[in-house]
Amino acid sequence: MKPAAASSSQRGHDPRWAEAATVAALFAIDPGGTQGVSLRALAGPVRDRWLELLRRLMPAEAPLRRVPLHITDGNLLGGLDLAATLQAGRPVAGRGVLAEAHGGAVLLAMAERLPGGTAARLAAVLDHGEVRVERDGFASRSEASLGVVALDEGIEEDERPPEALLDRLSFLLDLTGIAARDAEDLPIDAREIAAARALLPTVDLPDEVLTAICTTAMALGVHSARAPLLALRVARASAALDGRTTVSEEDASLAARLVLAPRATQVPASEDETEDAPPEEPDQPDQQASEEDQPQPEPPPEQPDEDTGSDRPLDDVVLEAAKAAIPEGLLAKLMEGLGNRSRAAAQGRAGAMQTGGTRGRPAGVRRGEPKAGARLNVIETLRAAAPWQPLRRQARLGGAASDTRVEVRKDDMRVNRIKRRSQTATIFVVDASGSAAFQRLAEAKGAVELLLADCYVRRDQVALIAFRRQEAELLLPPTRSLVRAKRSLSELPGGGGTPLAAGLDAAAALADSLSRKGVTPTVVLLTDGRANVSRDGTKGRGGKADDDAADAAKTLRAQGTRALLVDTSAQPTDSARRIAGDMGALYIPLPYADANRLSNVVRAATAKGESATR
Amino acid sequence: MPDTNLDAGAGLPLDATSPGTSMELAPAFPSSAPGTVVPLPVRHAAKPDGGKKRKPDKAAKAASPPVPSPAPASGAAKRIPFPFTAIVGQEEMKLALLIAAVDQSVGGVMVFGDRGTGKSTAVRALAALLPPMKAVEGCRYGCDPAQADRLCAECRARQGHEALRAVKVPVPVVDLPLGATEDRVVGALDLERALTKGEKGFEPGLLARAHRGFLYIDEVNLLEDHLVDLLLDVAASGENVVEREGLSIRHPAKFVLIGSGNPEEGELRPQLLDRFGLSVEVKTPTVLHDRIEVIRRRDSFERDPAAFAAHWEKEEAKIRRKIEKAKARLPDIVVPDTVLESAARLCMTLGADGLRGELTLMRAARALAGLEGDKVVTDAHLRAVAPPSLRHRLRRNVLDEAGSTVRIERALAEQFGP
Repeated sequence: MKPAAASSSQRGHDPRWAEAATVAALFAIDPGGTQGVSLRALAGPVRDRWLELLRRLMPAEAPLRRVPLHITDGNLLGGLDLAATLQAGRPVAGRGVLAEAHGGAVLLAMAERLPGGTAARLAAVLDHGEVRVERDGFASRSEASLGVVALDEGIEEDERPPEALLDRLSFLLDLTGIAARDAEDLPIDAREIAAARALLPTVDLPDEVLTAICTTAMALGVHSARAPLLALRVARASAALDGRTTVSEEDASLAARLVLAPRATQVPASEDETEDAPPEEPDQPDQQASEEDQPQPEPPPEQPDEDTGSDRPLDDVVLEAAKAAIPEGLLAKLMEGLGNRSRAAAQGRAGAMQTGGTRGRPAGVRRGEPKAGARLNVIETLRAAAPWQPLRRQARLGGAASDTRVEVRKDDMRVNRIKRRSQTATIFVVDASGSAAFQRLAEAKGAVELLLADCYVRRDQVALIAFRRQEAELLLPPTRSLVRAKRSLSELPGGGGTPLAAGLDAAAALADSLSRKGVTPTVVLLTDGRANVSRDGTKGRGGKADDDAADAAKTLRAQGTRALLVDTSAQPTDSARRIAGDMGALYIPLPYADANRLSNVVRAATAKGESATR
Repeated sequence: MPDTNLDAGAGLPLDATSPGTSMELAPAFPSSAPGTVVPLPVRHAAKPDGGKKRKPDKAAKAASPPVPSPAPASGAAKRIPFPFTAIVGQEEMKLALLIAAVDQSVGGVMVFGDRGTGKSTAVRALAALLPPMKAVEGCRYGCDPAQADRLCAECRARQGHEALRAVKVPVPVVDLPLGATEDRVVGALDLERALTKGEKGFEPGLLARAHRGFLYIDEVNLLEDHLVDLLLDVAASGENVVEREGLSIRHPAKFVLIGSGNPEEGELRPQLLDRFGLSVEVKTPTVLHDRIEVIRRRDSFERDPAAFAAHWEKEEAKIRRKIEKAKARLPDIVVPDTVLESAARLCMTLGADGLRGELTLMRAARALAGLEGDKVVTDAHLRAVAPPSLRHRLRRNVLDEAGSTVRIERALAEQFGP
């Protein structure tokens, strides 16, 4: 029995906390092998206690470094240490946080907002076990076997660390909803961990365990080949924790539960009792947060014990264990076709813009002083100053060689040149209602697809909102991935009422959040303008529905969002024209605009906007 | 931070210029020795005197070991790469890499694929398969002694005083790490010399190191735009022109660009895609047996890399010989007119833009014939290399749900029969 599980069953605490403690123990045994933990929890006592526990279990000499969200490459990977360089009068390399965390772990603050670039750098280090630096005139490689603890403070479902990072972390742990009083210090002894660490290299893994874990991964629809590999390492660590040198069925089950179950994209077909279960209605915020990639709230720790001793094949035992740990909402989500979407939602954010004073991409340096927002490029400044040092020194001291200070003059100053690429996003708001759009939905889709191709060429982001029945739905969060845009468009269903106000509200909210991020949104609304569902969901043409729509349209205008309304009705209608007027949008009736012309108009409109923002 | 710094003088001389070092792939080992402090190796530049042309000094010699080492020697700094031949499945990717190894003029290889499909593993494993090449001894750019007209300025200058000696060196496979700065990519003023001696000297970058070899960029879509532009420019011209800090240097930089990326992370610019000769797609194996084998090999490699590599060494040697023979055979392989016609017809049917498609198709088919030991290129060769050669050159049709691969298969079936 594992110490964590033992104590929990004796005292009857929250089993999730006991499991969290087991994760801490397994991670502490092999941080470099298990590669890390994604810890979903808001800052608070529970998370603090978990981190304390981890700190206690890790060897005293193992470094535990914090990585701030917007860390620079120089601090993360290493590069020129400017202070030391100036002092020494010759280039001195500085180590980055990752190299310094060798043998230990790094803590990523606010990992749900981690930029894709940083995630990729971490991923490379996790993959290779070393930091490679080609920066600032230095080329180096230093060993860096480390684990990552990603502190995920996301609340919304799509607020998650980048997929590229999650794919490489063994444990996806969710502490949400664990009460602080349950999070007691568990009697896991750091000496046990130390003994397990020593034992780990000798732990043997029977081939049938390997087969069982691979089979389970496949049955659960876990696609990445990394997950089973991580599960094997976790199983080894589990055996070592128990003081054994052979991985047992129990270890394999634990690994499947911790590593594979949270990544499941399908529920194995054999079990029909789960399929009959009614979709779980998430009623608590913490339940909502535990989406399909989070560990399940109630793992039955006795599950593997039940199967132990029975003569069932190992594959089944391991699969059962994992299946029992599949998050509850998964099935419902899969049935709604949401599982994959939310999985993909965090992706496609690669190369997202850097906010702050340095927005835009670097386009070299120029001579100049750091003022009016221009940032000094220290390296280039030093480079410029470097060749003149002996001469200047001579001029100043008359040949005394003892002073090694670098003399920098005004002429040497170099500032970053930044090419500001005005990022634009096109938000398509598609009326998928039954009314008039029904007949023209296909044409509208065609137009959107053409526009998508344009956006792709311009590297614009696109988002897709559809409204029908009672509500508007964000089908595609802003992305650059053409593949995903195409997919969600082809899946767009039609029929139902026309909640135009809801559609416009959703567009306004998205446009607002985009412009806060420094992206210029353009709203392209495809509708016939005949609203018949008001904001509160009541049906009925005219009256309240129209008023609400007009109201929502005016909000968009007040925001100053650039907009375009494509009238999809068979004949140009007044209602659509009126909405366009309220939105301050360009009005284009579709009968006169074939898909090609439409795309030309949008291109012209967005191009105008782009030049304006420069 | 300052207390952990090692200054450049005290650092270990890093064999950064040795191409052998760029080919390792290291799985994360269970950390057996936590907390050991590894001194940061600092690049101690090899300095053949830029200004005065003299014999190469010791550092330069050390930088290009005369003995090729296909299997890297064991040691703390060297990591054993996962053997190429031990990769399960992914035949198209392996074939494309082998073709690029046989005939570099095929152009680069772009590998698209899902996470965890072993894209990087394959590319890094390639280095161990490449037969060594001849290079001018002591040349910082690895000039080819056989091509007197393509020598770098330093070699040309040396030619006046002495006969250039040729040594065998491993073909470089240079890995461009994320976060690399422009100065390290193109090369820049040697900061150390500038700071300590006040001299201007050129410190070659990764492009110089990749000359005559391969430049690998993992996650191409995450590379900064200005670096991408720069790489494309150099890859197209085969020459790196550096104009910075009053330096004006040009040196040959012909390399095969190998990129990998995940289409879900964002698409590649068409201009960039077009520069790759071959484009392959890798998928997670869907057969359980294959997946188990993938994990089994990976696991036993992680447990004991040396033993695993030794186990596969025979296979590796076989492929190495195959590449060597194909390279030697290449000039004599005949491409009949009928095959050229077939290639042209195929490109026309598919509406593949430009002549580049046809040229790649022909070269790739020839390299494949070489690998298979054939003297004449046939339609069968053409057919095998058509998908990777043309996939990325088809005009995008947003409305066509069928991917490029399906369209090519269709055209192939039409032209050559099922």
